[in-house]
Amino acid sequence: MKRLLSSIVLTALSLNAAAQDLLITNATLHTGENGEVIESADILIKDGEIEKISARIRTNESITVVDAAGRHVTPAFFAGATVTGLSEVGAVRETVDSEYEDLFTDIMHPEFDIRPAYNPHTSVIPITRVEGFGYSLLTATRGDRSISGQGGLVRFDGGYDSFEGKPVIFVEVSGHAAGKTGGSRAVHWMLLKQAFGELQKGVELDLLSPIGRDQLRNATKSGVFVFNTNRATDIMQVIKFAKTHNIEAVIHGGREAWLVADALAQANVPVMLNALENLPADFDSLAARLDNAALLHKAGVTLMFTSGETHNARKVRQVAGSAVANGLPLEAAIAALTSVPAEVFGARPRAARRGAIADLVIWSGDPVEVTTLAQLVIMGGKIDSMESRQTKLRDRYLPIDPALPRAYLKP
Amino acid sequence: MLKLLTAAPWLLLSVSVLSEPFPSTYSPLPSTPTLITGATILTGDGGRIDDGDLLISDGIVQWVGSGDIPENTHTIDAKGRWVTPGIIDVHSHLGVYASPDVHAHSDGNEATAPVTAEVWAEHSVWPQDPGFPRALAGGITTLQILPGSANLFGGRGVTLKNVPATTYQAMKFPDAPHGLKMACGENPKRVYGNRSKAPSTRMGNVAAYRAAWIKAQKYIDDWEAYEASDELDKKAPERNLELDTLAGALKGEIIVHMHCYRADEMMTILDMADEFGYKLGTFHHGVEAYKIADELAANGVCGALWADWWGFKMEAYDGIQENVALVDRPEGSCSIVHSDSDEGIQRLNQEAAKAMARGNAVGMDIAPERAIRWITSNPAKSLGIDAKTGTLATGKMADVVIWNQNPFSVYAKAEQVFIDGAMIFDRNNPELQPVTDFELGQLLEVAQ
Repeated sequence: MKRLLSSIVLTALSLNAAAQDLLITNATLHTGENGEVIESADILIKDGEIEKISARIRTNESITVVDAAGRHVTPAFFAGATVTGLSEVGAVRETVDSEYEDLFTDIMHPEFDIRPAYNPHTSVIPITRVEGFGYSLLTATRGDRSISGQGGLVRFDGGYDSFEGKPVIFVEVSGHAAGKTGGSRAVHWMLLKQAFGELQKGVELDLLSPIGRDQLRNATKSGVFVFNTNRATDIMQVIKFAKTHNIEAVIHGGREAWLVADALAQANVPVMLNALENLPADFDSLAARLDNAALLHKAGVTLMFTSGETHNARKVRQVAGSAVANGLPLEAAIAALTSVPAEVFGARPRAARRGAIADLVIWSGDPVEVTTLAQLVIMGGKIDSMESRQTKLRDRYLPIDPALPRAYLKP
Repeated sequence: MLKLLTAAPWLLLSVSVLSEPFPSTYSPLPSTPTLITGATILTGDGGRIDDGDLLISDGIVQWVGSGDIPENTHTIDAKGRWVTPGIIDVHSHLGVYASPDVHAHSDGNEATAPVTAEVWAEHSVWPQDPGFPRALAGGITTLQILPGSANLFGGRGVTLKNVPATTYQAMKFPDAPHGLKMACGENPKRVYGNRSKAPSTRMGNVAAYRAAWIKAQKYIDDWEAYEASDELDKKAPERNLELDTLAGALKGEIIVHMHCYRADEMMTILDMADEFGYKLGTFHHGVEAYKIADELAANGVCGALWADWWGFKMEAYDGIQENVALVDRPEGSCSIVHSDSDEGIQRLNQEAAKAMARGNAVGMDIAPERAIRWITSNPAKSLGIDAKTGTLATGKMADVVIWNQNPFSVYAKAEQVFIDGAMIFDRNNPELQPVTDFELGQLLEVAQ
């Protein structure tokens, strides 16, 4: 990987420097909030946090210096809603732990928390991280219940317990999942009203287990509810439901969200969307269009991006780029990719400022351009090896005509 | 007619225009002679002309560079813009898995038997799929619609011009060879293995391909014996649609497109092609093609690949983003970026851009004029239409895209798209933006 680093002057001034202490010089820093871009910024990192950002930081201490040489620097990107560490190979069922179906009970399980199944050693994490991604929303995916389960933010630092932020409950209100709940999407609302009624009245109606009831109640007070839906009228139902039950709601999907942009803005309901979705993929998405993100932003709706992918979650950068190409301001896209998901889901702030976690990326060019690469990823002040299973496969097959079979090449 | 009926089926194919069933009724839309000036032109065969001019008229490229300009020529000032051949996707399921993706539109896999060489994807194509005009807005002028990969022999593919039409026949690329979709690996063995039917293993896959080829060889032999016979009361063999297709592939009249992920399986398939004496056209998906790039080039086989897909199934576990560039590296290679996606087909230029950037990051020095081949001349070669389209050269079909900038960018947009010299999409003119019947009049009552 030295080759990729060769254009960045990396100077260790002293072997005594603590591993986490780092000075990035001459960055074009997109802070990820307030549309702010700081030219010629120096960024001092201590103990895994950003200690100081200003022009020409001088330090008497011995410290590792990375010269960004004017390149774009951003906080590490958000990989969207994924099942990273819950799905090593999509079609190999025994490696997938993100959903349950045909459970032996008939009730909904908000307490189905996928986090205990999370595997930080998945190959997906380095593969995604070397592309400039630092965290993701770990998702309980659509099973056969209106409530899919529970998850939350996870940081891509490879830790066993790198979860952050509020509990996130995933709720399915589209027509897709209605098949197993009686065939009508109205059943979702019927069941959700009943389940939430159970919390308020303390009456057992057999929809929730005691633990599930406690956790759902807790989530209504300090959690976030992610509703998976695309159709405008379903989004309006979510807004109404969230207001009635005084819960924090997020729309995931939202292909028709632009139709109800003002209502979303007024209710302060954020939208996590895939800006590449412009086809009437189903009858819930007849109004899908490429400038969905731009229209939502203009109306004042809080935006986040997702790609619908886990293994190829790095595609989120192209998703954001497409939103920018279709009218979203670049800095709004960068906020959506960096600080916004942390705020929405209650994690430590990720905008680049004093005290923020030092998860940063130095890019070879415009951070949302498809020909740009992450040149250096820094997680908690540590410089990433920039290696993954895929870089190793690449380096095994890059040499022409090796003397021995490639099994002997172990990059 | 009697004469035709007694001829062997592959001979029927070879006298294509007259005997092609479901013949193309495509005719180019009206056009005016058009001069495009001052553009950065990527010719599609590796060439690049800066500040170049291009004349198209009578449906073809008249010249690139300089030449005579007829009277009444419409001039487009393309200064600062880029011009490429029309983009070609060798692997699409538009129309056979149309939007909206409802069960009633699931027409791409005849998953009722592992060998269904008798089915033709064109008979499933719904021309009102909104995916067609979306792809047009991404510069797609030609595309091959393939059956899915549930079966070992999935059926015939069809090459279409991406023009709005009421019938697929009116989109059918005139005289393009038919394709035969075949599939390796997990999909066929899973679909039939789950039903406790053959094939349920990779070795079962190969045994079934070979058994089918043996039947096709006998079919050819029977017809040849019949043709050669002098007997007065000779009886023609019974015509068989499945064997028509397989015989056409063995004869080289139908191009074989093989869905295959793993390097070792692709080499098995190349040996099988040698065994039965047919030519393999293109491996599709080839997530491990980078492991056998030299062998693919040496065999003159194309690799139609994604920029970055991996991990969605076991045979896709070793995907790397340098695949397209590594397959492109040997002399005589034929690397292609394909979509297999109604989203990807809208931005094949971006998919190629990602693949180009990955090659360049490992020192391969791939220029845009080289990378554009992956989505123009190489797919044209794969489809057997390279004599007609895929490059901007005198006499070629005037399938042309004018981009607002360098197409290898997320910000690039196809501004004008020409097919056979007719401007059929103009981003700046709503009158030249087709809308399908399906989308017409939807969401009339939008009250905010």
